[in-house]
Amino acid sequence: MSIRIIIPAILLLLLALVPFGAQTLQVLLTLALAKGIAVMGITVLLRSGQVSFGHALYFAIAAYGGAFTLMLMPGADLIVVFLLGVMAAVLSGVLVGLFVARYRFIFFAMLNLAFSMIFWSILEKFYHYTGGADGMRLPRPTVFWIEMERGAYELFMFYLALALAIGLGWFSMRWLESPTGQLFRTLKTNETRLQYLGMSPQRVLMNGYVLSAMLCGTGGILMGLVQGVVTPEYAYWIRSGEMVFIAVLGGAGSVPGALVGAAIYEIVRTYASAFAGDVWQLVLGSFLLIIILFAPGGIAGIYNSLMDRIAGKKEDGE
Amino acid sequence: MTHLLETKGLEIRFGGVVAADNISLQIDAGKNLAIIGPNGAGKTTFLNICTGWLKPSKGKVYFEGRDVTPLSPRQITRRGVARAFQIPQLFTEHTALENLLIAAAARDQLRNPIRALKDTRQKAEMMHLLDMINCTDVAHRQVDELSEGQRKLIDIAVALALKPKLLLMDEPTSGVASSEKFGVMEILVKALAEAKVTAVFVEHDMGIVEKYADEVAVWNMGKIEMRGSPAEVLEHPDVIRDVIGEVV
Repeated sequence: MSIRIIIPAILLLLLALVPFGAQTLQVLLTLALAKGIAVMGITVLLRSGQVSFGHALYFAIAAYGGAFTLMLMPGADLIVVFLLGVMAAVLSGVLVGLFVARYRFIFFAMLNLAFSMIFWSILEKFYHYTGGADGMRLPRPTVFWIEMERGAYELFMFYLALALAIGLGWFSMRWLESPTGQLFRTLKTNETRLQYLGMSPQRVLMNGYVLSAMLCGTGGILMGLVQGVVTPEYAYWIRSGEMVFIAVLGGAGSVPGALVGAAIYEIVRTYASAFAGDVWQLVLGSFLLIIILFAPGGIAGIYNSLMDRIAGKKEDGE
Repeated sequence: MTHLLETKGLEIRFGGVVAADNISLQIDAGKNLAIIGPNGAGKTTFLNICTGWLKPSKGKVYFEGRDVTPLSPRQITRRGVARAFQIPQLFTEHTALENLLIAAAARDQLRNPIRALKDTRQKAEMMHLLDMINCTDVAHRQVDELSEGQRKLIDIAVALALKPKLLLMDEPTSGVASSEKFGVMEILVKALAEAKVTAVFVEHDMGIVEKYADEVAVWNMGKIEMRGSPAEVLEHPDVIRDVIGEVV
C-alpha cells in the first residue's frame, strides 16, 4: 500500500480515537470538522478560479434554518433539523446563484459578500424573529427520536461530523473528477471554448455553486447543533474571510487540505488565544504569510511534495 | 434545395470600417470552402457571425434552412456548427485527451457526478480521434506543453469531438512551421473525410488552398469579390493583384 494512503489512514484512525484518548479535543475537533466541511465549499469554487467572500451566508442560513425548525417544531429530530437546514442553504444557493453566476472574479467575490452582509443585517435588525445580536438557541434535539445526555450527544456529533467530512470529502473529490466537475474546472482556463462546446458557462458555474452552498450549509448546521446557539456572526464577513483563509492554508483547491487546514486553524486559534490572548491574530497572520511566501500550495502542497520526494528516493533506491 | 449554411445580405460595421457588406453565400454539404483575402477583409468576422459570436446589423444566417441569426454560440454549436480558432482555444490545465473527453462530455451531456471523466465510455472514441490526427503520443501531456502545430490539431479535434456537420476553421495552419503545414493539412483533411464533416477554412497559404479546397471565396473590404474553383480563382488577375500580391 502506498505511503500516500497510509498516512491519511493513520491520521483518520487517530482522529476517530480522539474521544477515547484526548477527550478535551473532541468538541474542538467537531467544530474544526464542521468548519472544514464548509471550507470544502470554498475549495470547490476555487477550482473554477472563483473566490467568494460571502459564503458564510449559507453557513448562517443552514444554522438559522435549523434554529427556526426547532422553534416552530419543538422536539424535531436531529435528522429533520439537519436536512431542513441544508435544504435552506441549497435553495438559497440556487436563488443567489442565478444572479451571481453571471459575474466573475472580483465582481463575483464582492456580490457574494454583499448578499451575506444583507443577510447579516436582516439577522441583526429583525430582533423579534431572529433574536438580533443575541441570536437563537438550538436546543439539543433527539437523535433518531432518542433523547441523549450532553456527553453522548457531543460524542454522536463528533462521529457525525467525521462521517460527513469523509463522505462529503470523497464526494467532492469524485465530483471534481467527473464530467460535470471537469467542465466546472474549465471555467478557470477557457470560457470561450466552453461556449463553443455548446455549454452555458453560467449553468456550469451554477452546478458547482450549489454544491459549495450545500457544503457550507452542512458545516453551518453542524456548527449550530454543536454550539447550541446561532448568532448573526455566522453570516458576518469575517467568517467568510476565515473560510478563504483556511482554504488557502490547506491548499487552494485541495479538498483534504480544507479539513486539515480547518483542524490546524482551530487548534492554533484556540491555543494561541489561550497562551497569547492579545496577539493570536498576529500568530495566525504570520502563519498565513509564511504559507503564501514559502508554500503557495498550502499544507496539501507541502504534503504532496514530501510524498513525491519519498517516492523519488524509493525509486532511486530500487 | 436546402443548403448546409446560407447567409443572406449580412452587414456589420465597426465604427467606420465595414467588415461585412451584403454577404450572401451558400455552402453545401461535402464541399470544403476556403476563404481567402487580405488582412482586415472581414474573413474572421464572417466566421464570428456564423457562429453567433457577433450579431449582424442586417441580414440572416441559416443553418440547414433554419434561421440561427439570433442564437448564441452555445445554441448554434448544439445544432451542429463547430469552430476551431486561429489561436487554439483549449483548456490549458488539462491534457490533450482530457480536452477531447470534456468535449465529448459536453456533447453527450454526461451528468454522472461520481464517475471520473477518464473512465467514461467515450475514452476509446477520443483515443481514435487522437489517432486520426497522429497525436496519440501526446494524449496524456498538458496542452500548453505541446507545439503550436499539435495544439492546432487538438483544437480541431476538440471541435470534431462534437460530431458537427459543419466545421469553421480560422487559419488552421497559421503558426505551424512551413515544413509541417502540408503534413498538418493532410492529417486534417483525412480526419474531416472520415468524420464526414464539411469544412470552411480561412487560409493565407495559396498552396494549401489550391490543394485542399473544393471551392474558394475571395473576400475584400467586407465583400465577396469572387467565388469559384481553386484553379479559376487563384489564376484570376484581380485575385493575384489584391490577395496573392504578385505583379501581373
